[in-house]
Amino acid sequence: MLAANEPNAVFYPQVGLAASARRVRALIRRHAYLLLKSWPRLVSMAYYPTVTMVLWAFLTVYLKPTTNFLQDAPGFFIGAVLLWDVLFRGQLGVSLTFLEEMYSRNLGNLFVSPLRLREFIAGQVTMSVLRTLIGVGGACFFAWLLFHYSIFTLGFPLIAFFWLLLAFGWSIGLAVSAMILRWGLGAEELAWAAIFLVAPVSGVYYPIAVLPGWLQSVAWTLPSAHVFEGMRSVLLEGALPWNHFWAAAALDLIYLAIGAATFQLAIGYARVHGKLLQMGE
Amino acid sequence: MLTPRSPRETAVFDAAIVVNDLRKRYKDVDAVKGISFAVRAGTTTALLGGNGAGKTTTLSMLLGVLTPTAGSISVLGCDMLRYRYRVLPRMNFTSPYVDLPRRLTVGENLRVFADLYGLRSPKTRIAELAGEFDLADLLARPYGNLSAGQRTRVSLAKALLNRPEVLLLDEPTASLDPDIGDRMRTYLEHYQRESRCTMLLASHNMGEVERMCDDVIMLREGLVVDQGSPQDLLERYGRENMEEVFLDVARGRSDESDQSAPAREVAA
Repeated sequence: MLAANEPNAVFYPQVGLAASARRVRALIRRHAYLLLKSWPRLVSMAYYPTVTMVLWAFLTVYLKPTTNFLQDAPGFFIGAVLLWDVLFRGQLGVSLTFLEEMYSRNLGNLFVSPLRLREFIAGQVTMSVLRTLIGVGGACFFAWLLFHYSIFTLGFPLIAFFWLLLAFGWSIGLAVSAMILRWGLGAEELAWAAIFLVAPVSGVYYPIAVLPGWLQSVAWTLPSAHVFEGMRSVLLEGALPWNHFWAAAALDLIYLAIGAATFQLAIGYARVHGKLLQMGE
Repeated sequence: MLTPRSPRETAVFDAAIVVNDLRKRYKDVDAVKGISFAVRAGTTTALLGGNGAGKTTTLSMLLGVLTPTAGSISVLGCDMLRYRYRVLPRMNFTSPYVDLPRRLTVGENLRVFADLYGLRSPKTRIAELAGEFDLADLLARPYGNLSAGQRTRVSLAKALLNRPEVLLLDEPTASLDPDIGDRMRTYLEHYQRESRCTMLLASHNMGEVERMCDDVIMLREGLVVDQGSPQDLLERYGRENMEEVFLDVARGRSDESDQSAPAREVAA
């Protein structure tokens, strides 16, 4: 009898990095099948970021003649809204990938397969990157086409901002997935709404300094506040403030650890309460 | 590693599944109340009982998707509660409680699971199963557009993708017409003989149980109330078929003192 956990002609080895990568790729394949066969789904991913970008771009056009800082940094609002969408899409990418498995009642199949929890999370995170690139990439293209604004004028810091915001989005996405697993699909609205809790204290469109003192303290505990503060420095002063970069990176690590631990706890809860086989629409 | 020393231990040594004092409590409900049994390697065993007897709960614990309140489970010599990832590649299951992604085609679904189980030649294996389960014409159709019977066949094909050594089947032929149901049973019997796979089957189809199963474990209210071969049970209960035995057990007639063939609680 051929055993699946031994190297043989029928099965690849089941342990090791290559085995993990194959299982993550299988998850990505599953979601790619879904995305690529539906052009409305692909278009809708770029639709909201593009519409929001257009709104802020026209506001920039309207305010620029009378606003000094927009004359110094005309891409201020457009850059902010595009980076905000990186955070939003990053979180949605993780949460929606998880919700898709719940809608499909597929969690049971996945969790009795050799797929490990860390591989499941790696699949969610990879899908989040792909969804973000499609969604925000579309908006960036239209910003360049319609308003001659290129987000790439931010230079190297853009890469840092992108990954720092994405990582914070993943941590929120994992926590949201955990809450949906804990409280069921009744909590699915969190997938769309949770991120807006951090919006006012992230300083997306205004400096953190405008917040009341106690709220500034809260804001500095969020990686997103450091990133948007950094973005403003790059646009207005042309330099990446490394203190904000390192603060955001360190906070990301903490939030990612919390997000992953919360998700793991929720999976444990689901195993105890029999939710993995029974959750779904 | 188990080494056989006595006749009883020999039985355990030959077992693919060993369950010992397994319990599951949900808040104030005891779904499984301390059951013990062993399933011999290379045999088909039925888990029988009425609704709420604890069959699906037991299967879920065997699969590792439900954590027991107490007890131990060993599958193919591995402790499922601690080392399930060592044995999950060698197991598979079907259950009416899970589904496959409906917007993916049958072929896409099978491909994803073939990759998850690490098959080197997924296309070949999918083509084999498509032939055996008459799915060739369905491979390009979305799973959600299939009839209940077609979906059951796809689920069975998914369960056999990795040529499992232990196969757990929860109502595997429930929504199939008699013709397709018979073909699926024939295939499962053939697969079991060919691969020496161990099958544990929860079913309400007593004809299926009599036909396919070497052993039967009878559950009622979370307890094993009897077990043996179908022939043993028919003789013990003095009945003509397993349907009547099932009714005796499910309705608790086996416990009545005036019953000529009382069942006993089994401490396996």
